[in-house]
Amino acid sequence: MLKYTFDWSIVTSGKYFEWLVSGLKVTLELSAVGIVCAFILGLLIAVLKMSHYRPVRWIATAYLEFFRNTPLLVQIFFWYFGSYKVLPAAVNEWLNSTNFEFVAAAIALTIYTSAFIAEDIRSGILSIPKEQMEAARSAGFSYLRSMQYIILPQAVRITIPPLVNQFLNLAKNSSLAMSIGVMELTYQARQVESYTFKGFEAFTAATVVYLGLSVVITALMDLYNKKVLNPQRA
Amino acid sequence: MEEALNFQVIIDNFTYFMIGRYPNGPLGGLGLTMYLAMVSCILSFFGGLILGLLSLSRYAVIRYPVNLFINAVRGIPLLMVIFWMYFLLPALMGKTVPEATTVIMGLTIFTSAYMSQIVRAGIQGIPKGQTEAAVSTGLKHWQAMLYIVLPQGLRNMIPSFVNQFVSLIKDTSLAFIVGVSELTHVGTQINNRTMAFPTEIFIFIAAVYFVLCFAFTSFSRWLEGRLAWRKSI
Repeated sequence: MLKYTFDWSIVTSGKYFEWLVSGLKVTLELSAVGIVCAFILGLLIAVLKMSHYRPVRWIATAYLEFFRNTPLLVQIFFWYFGSYKVLPAAVNEWLNSTNFEFVAAAIALTIYTSAFIAEDIRSGILSIPKEQMEAARSAGFSYLRSMQYIILPQAVRITIPPLVNQFLNLAKNSSLAMSIGVMELTYQARQVESYTFKGFEAFTAATVVYLGLSVVITALMDLYNKKVLNPQRA
Repeated sequence: MEEALNFQVIIDNFTYFMIGRYPNGPLGGLGLTMYLAMVSCILSFFGGLILGLLSLSRYAVIRYPVNLFINAVRGIPLLMVIFWMYFLLPALMGKTVPEATTVIMGLTIFTSAYMSQIVRAGIQGIPKGQTEAAVSTGLKHWQAMLYIVLPQGLRNMIPSFVNQFVSLIKDTSLAFIVGVSELTHVGTQINNRTMAFPTEIFIFIAAVYFVLCFAFTSFSRWLEGRLAWRKSI
């Protein structure tokens, strides 16, 4: 084993500490944007996939299969390097005026995660017995009202745990944004390492932060499971 | 649309995309992607099996640290695991480690943690009465596991394993970060050299991954239906 002296002060205070904190901020921003957009888009795709019209269903299926079966990194590269040829000029202009790295990463994360979220939402809705819809309809509710008052409130409750899982995945996957130069947590850990050669400390710090995020969110999820989903077991 | 797409660049570099400089140099491109995925898949199958069994051990001394390790790995990004290997392996071995080995180790540790959850669920899905019956006929606990529970559990795990393999194929793209010339890396290389065709190149790469992964997801779905049917009679 090589000789190595640990110097934890590097990552607990001073310039490099600030780098890591700013990295965490970008990670959280990217995750927050991604989560909100991916949820909305996922909901839309789930609804399309359950449509009564076959062509609409086909489009939704193609979307799901394509984006689930290609690597996120390739999708990030596509939006960052390759999107200008397929997007209208006006959109390109707008993109170039923004923080393009961040936006490209956010688009890729949103689209990639929305495909997984759509499947979770759909299976949540499908898990509510058909009879409930039939009963609601025969009680005089319209299709939309039955959805709104009977099906969705139950479906959302069971869909929340897998959704939170997807949100965690998205937060972890946001580390790939470093490949196009988004200065998030992993990027900054790498920076600290290349400036100080203290890779062990830098990556420990980043690992602890990622782990902390997961642990907190998982603990909240367990609480939710106990209090809301299975109150009889608490 | 500003420019028309021109896929000539794909045709010109097709062999390079598929196998890199092989046989005049090291294997690259899709060939290396498949190699990385295969090797990591085999290793993490056994890693996942061992971790999964240990995480269900009757002894808390074994169970707790193993579960801690599994949850820690599942709580951090794969990229972090690869960077850890990048630093730890040379430090532990006292010499430089080839990048491909680094990536295989990272992928194996990461995927093993996820596979262990599949194994765990598969074992827990077998009724407890089977272990009890086996033990009461005189088998030791580990024998009951090995001869009675695992063979049945493994069959139910197959579709999940295939899905995990699909994730693994996609995850090999992260080898790009440490400079292993698999498919994604080859794509960025050609992109840097030709400059003008990023859209065409990344659409092509995405399509290649898609064909590969979609074949396996469809296979897993087919298996799932088939195994469910066999169980019902």
